[in-house]
Amino acid sequence: MEPYISVRDVTHVYSNGVTAIKDIDLDIYDNEAVAILGSNGSGKTTLVKHFNGLLKPTKGKITVGGLNTRKERISKLSSLVGYVFQNPNHQTFLPNVIQELEYGCKNLRMSEEEIEERVNKAVELFELENYLNENPFDLNSSQRKEVAMASIMAISPRVIVLDEPTTGQDHKGCQRILHLVRMFQKHGHIVVLITHDMHLIGELNCRTVVMHQSEKVADGHAEDVFADKRIMDLAGLQPPQITSLAHSLPFLNSNKTYLTIDSVLQSMKVNTEEGVKIVTRT
Amino acid sequence: MLKNQRAIEVSGLSFLFPDAEVKALRNINFSVDYGEILGIIGPTGAGKSTLAMCINGLVPQVIQGELEGKVYVKGLDVHKGNVAKMSEHVGFVFQEPENQLSQMTIEEEVAFGLGNLGVPREQMEGRIKEALQQVGLLGFEKRSPLALSGGQQQRLAIASVLAMKPTIMIMDEPTSMLDPKGKNEVYDVLRSLKEHGMTGIIIDHEVERIAEYCDKVLVLNEGEEQMFGPSAEVFAQIDTLHQLTMHAPQVTELLHQYNQKNKQDVKLSTSIEEAAAILENAYIKS
Repeated sequence: MEPYISVRDVTHVYSNGVTAIKDIDLDIYDNEAVAILGSNGSGKTTLVKHFNGLLKPTKGKITVGGLNTRKERISKLSSLVGYVFQNPNHQTFLPNVIQELEYGCKNLRMSEEEIEERVNKAVELFELENYLNENPFDLNSSQRKEVAMASIMAISPRVIVLDEPTTGQDHKGCQRILHLVRMFQKHGHIVVLITHDMHLIGELNCRTVVMHQSEKVADGHAEDVFADKRIMDLAGLQPPQITSLAHSLPFLNSNKTYLTIDSVLQSMKVNTEEGVKIVTRT
Repeated sequence: MLKNQRAIEVSGLSFLFPDAEVKALRNINFSVDYGEILGIIGPTGAGKSTLAMCINGLVPQVIQGELEGKVYVKGLDVHKGNVAKMSEHVGFVFQEPENQLSQMTIEEEVAFGLGNLGVPREQMEGRIKEALQQVGLLGFEKRSPLALSGGQQQRLAIASVLAMKPTIMIMDEPTSMLDPKGKNEVYDVLRSLKEHGMTGIIIDHEVERIAEYCDKVLVLNEGEEQMFGPSAEVFAQIDTLHQLTMHAPQVTELLHQYNQKNKQDVKLSTSIEEAAAILENAYIKS
């Protein structure tokens, strides 16, 4: 299968001489959710800004949907890769929600019928019916975040990039983001998450790429990456609390990495049903 | 003075923003002792930041509205003094360090608040060094604040406040922009302040860290105080938290679900070590 996004040996050097990403290879396929982890300044955002052509590689090649990003216009690429910024205020500026939702589609010069159809779909999926005439700045921060996501969803790009989607969100907001990521995947989108939120990745148990000092140092399933203590320490990452607890429970399978509360409970239940004899550590 | 036994004492506090119909805070009562860390948690819009700003007088002196009730800091009536005076006692660190950094070098950044307080020049150098030492940034004096990582910038923001030698440090979601290492750095600074006898208030959504570092927790929802007490007791009230769309640390949630599924009643601990011991014990018995 052809990857939808293909990053080949890409290096980016900013005009001040700083190398932000170095020799990156990465293939992202249809329907994948990929989390990009790493400390502040490790190159996560620089990497992802190459997907929609906001940045061009200094060296190497990136193709998105078969198009070489170096040669394509940003307007074309942004119809393929939608970017939801960390701070919704950075992408919200129109007087009401409905105009905000229409804006991206209008920019892409869609017909009025198509715009209406897409906006209606986004309104339905995000349950924004009651907010259409509100000024986005009168909404609370989680609602504003949803408007920002809905306006990107309306463009219907194949790839949706979420930059730190759960930052500053309360528990309910975080659960909602988790639900939305799954919904994006269900609707056939590729989701790229830039995040520090280990709970979110634990719940998604998705593919996880770790950046460290401008280089890609790990790329695998979350449970494998979280189990790799060397990589986690190197990148200054901590697994969710439940993962650490599971490690110290002697009656769980020590070869498995547990990422969620449910998976721990499930294993305990299976153990009892199978009548496994439990030996305590002395 | 009767009130000076406590670092912070809040009684009957209510606040109404101008033009608002509903009070942002309603009848809040709590107190914090010297050397204690209080965590304030609650859903978005609960009034956490408003409450924090009542403690240094930013509310209602700068952010105006109708305030009722009393706030005493070190026995001083906050709403009788002014914010500038209070800043000698209460330091405030915001969510985004960039919003609070303004100078060309790290040294000047820390000096800025001192200059505003009128600290004599000969005392400044010592206080700057001491503050940078406390947050682990000694040796960075001549660098630009903008050349620091997010975690370092937040520690610099804390140092700038520390140099003013407040007894109370309030941090409003100081770690939400930071990577896990940066988050630990901030909490470790908070813990070391506690060891210096300072009082801390931290607002955060990450309940695992709140449970680990805070002595007491105040739960706010829609302007009302829902719970206030020692962290372990508050997080053990897990049904109340769930009703408020909140959650307890993951290990506490696990113990709770274990109890429900197995009709057990094990203690709802917040620490990994204790939870592991409890589960090991309970699981083997069953």
